[in-house]
Amino acid sequence: MKAGSTLGACAALVRRDLTLVWRRRGDAANPILFALIVVALFPLAIGPEPEQLRRIAAGVVFVAVLLAGLLALDTLFRGDHEDGSLEQLVLSPHPLSLMLACKIAVHWLTTSLPLILVAPLLGELMHVDATLRWLLPATLLLATPLLSLIGAVCVALTVGMHRSGMLLALLVLPLYVPVLIFGAGACNAAQAGLPFLAPLLWLGAALVLALVLAPLACAAALRISLS
Amino acid sequence: MNALTLWFHRIGSPPTFHRIAGVLVPWCYAIGFVLGAIALYGGLVLAPADYQQGEAYRIIFVHVPCAWMGLFAYFFMAANAFIALVWRIKLSEVLAMASAPIGAAFTFITLVTGSLWGKPMWGTWWSWDARMTSELVLLFLYLGVIGLYHAIEDHRQAARAAGFLALVGIVNIPIVHFSVNWWNTLHQGQTVRLLGPSKIDSDMLWPLLLMALATHVWFFGSVLARTRIGLLELDGGKDWVRAIALAEGTRAPGATHG
Amino acid sequence: MAEFLDMGGYAAYVWPSYAVFVLVLALEALAPRFQRRRVLAELRARLKRREARTGSPTT
Repeated sequence: MKAGSTLGACAALVRRDLTLVWRRRGDAANPILFALIVVALFPLAIGPEPEQLRRIAAGVVFVAVLLAGLLALDTLFRGDHEDGSLEQLVLSPHPLSLMLACKIAVHWLTTSLPLILVAPLLGELMHVDATLRWLLPATLLLATPLLSLIGAVCVALTVGMHRSGMLLALLVLPLYVPVLIFGAGACNAAQAGLPFLAPLLWLGAALVLALVLAPLACAAALRISLS
Repeated sequence: MNALTLWFHRIGSPPTFHRIAGVLVPWCYAIGFVLGAIALYGGLVLAPADYQQGEAYRIIFVHVPCAWMGLFAYFFMAANAFIALVWRIKLSEVLAMASAPIGAAFTFITLVTGSLWGKPMWGTWWSWDARMTSELVLLFLYLGVIGLYHAIEDHRQAARAAGFLALVGIVNIPIVHFSVNWWNTLHQGQTVRLLGPSKIDSDMLWPLLLMALATHVWFFGSVLARTRIGLLELDGGKDWVRAIALAEGTRAPGATHG
Repeated sequence: MAEFLDMGGYAAYVWPSYAVFVLVLALEALAPRFQRRRVLAELRARLKRREARTGSPTT
């Protein structure tokens, strides 16, 4: 049997994953709803004073997006593992890391991008400054792919486990700490009138590094889990 | 195969390693205990009080060696995980997983004693400075490795997955330290100096170094003891394990080290 | 002696630190002993079950 080109395989994989997401498009709204509810809880818990909310706005939105992403991570490989297509992917002649990069990209597009689109709304709920209206989504645009890539490595390690939710959180959250610090830190610095470019550049550098290394690590982790 | 490789393979075979480790474990514990006792005496009685912190500084003799050990155990675990993943050496898998709970214990002691030291010195149990935050993340990394190891049924696969996580984590530790440092300058947190710039007195230094040595020896004793159990679990169906199980079953229930 | 135990007024911080250090390390050293006993007991139980099933001694 002749294997198709790698590019063709990637395109087929992306098309398939997008189709699967489209067939269950109701689920796609879940992370948005979750983030919205988490952010809405904060004014209820600490009081509605705009000044107070503004101070913690960037942090709250970041944590809400991070947790929503964490909940969505579980779906990255689960369906494919259950129907056996993940093993087919591992056995295919094409480079596994590339295929996984495609899967992660689709997952990011369908779970994190909607979150970034509603980020201005989340910010508005927390009375953010005018600068943060554009800086917050921009920072999330840098941070969320990084979160997806790091998370994918950990998900690959827990693939095939039943009820891995709490464990996944334990594995992923220590690795998310630097992303959270730089992402929310950049927004807070901007709000305080301090220079905020350096943390954004660090995030960008980390993203470039993760784009190269995370798919490779994810492939290695997946091979361990499926061995 | 040259002599060194042959020697290495012979030591690394589970029955041999189990026997040699069985001889070493009591010695490690005994030496660690004696050295630790001397260091405690030196630290608590012989060392003079600090001119700035008074007697409270004596927490240093348990806090700092444990902090070093927390990091050392992580490097030991990661190095063994690397060997296990690259060369597929069974013994390294077991060694890596044996050091995780010990490292977690040392990190836990570091956090508790640090907090007990912080209260009289800085007036707070906890401060989000770079060192304490990194130490907390380190504890979470340990717990993640241990959790992942126990969540997977097959011992070898579990050790490889958890070892992989340990390797990912070792990239994370310096990044966390760096990021928290940056974050601290942003928030202008209180600058916390444990020892100050002054040089440490030699009467204070020797108990500290001796305690560090004692915890290292203790660590290796514990690693070897846990590795023996790991090997027994891994080779559960083999003859040499069966012989040990039957031999210890007929003996008095108190004797555990054979 | 009382002065030594008082630790210059810091007794409430110094002694708990040492207690945690000794206690955690002692537990950490005892854990492998109990674990070893449990693992070997499980192993013997498994051997006994297999012996009962096959009707012949395994060694």
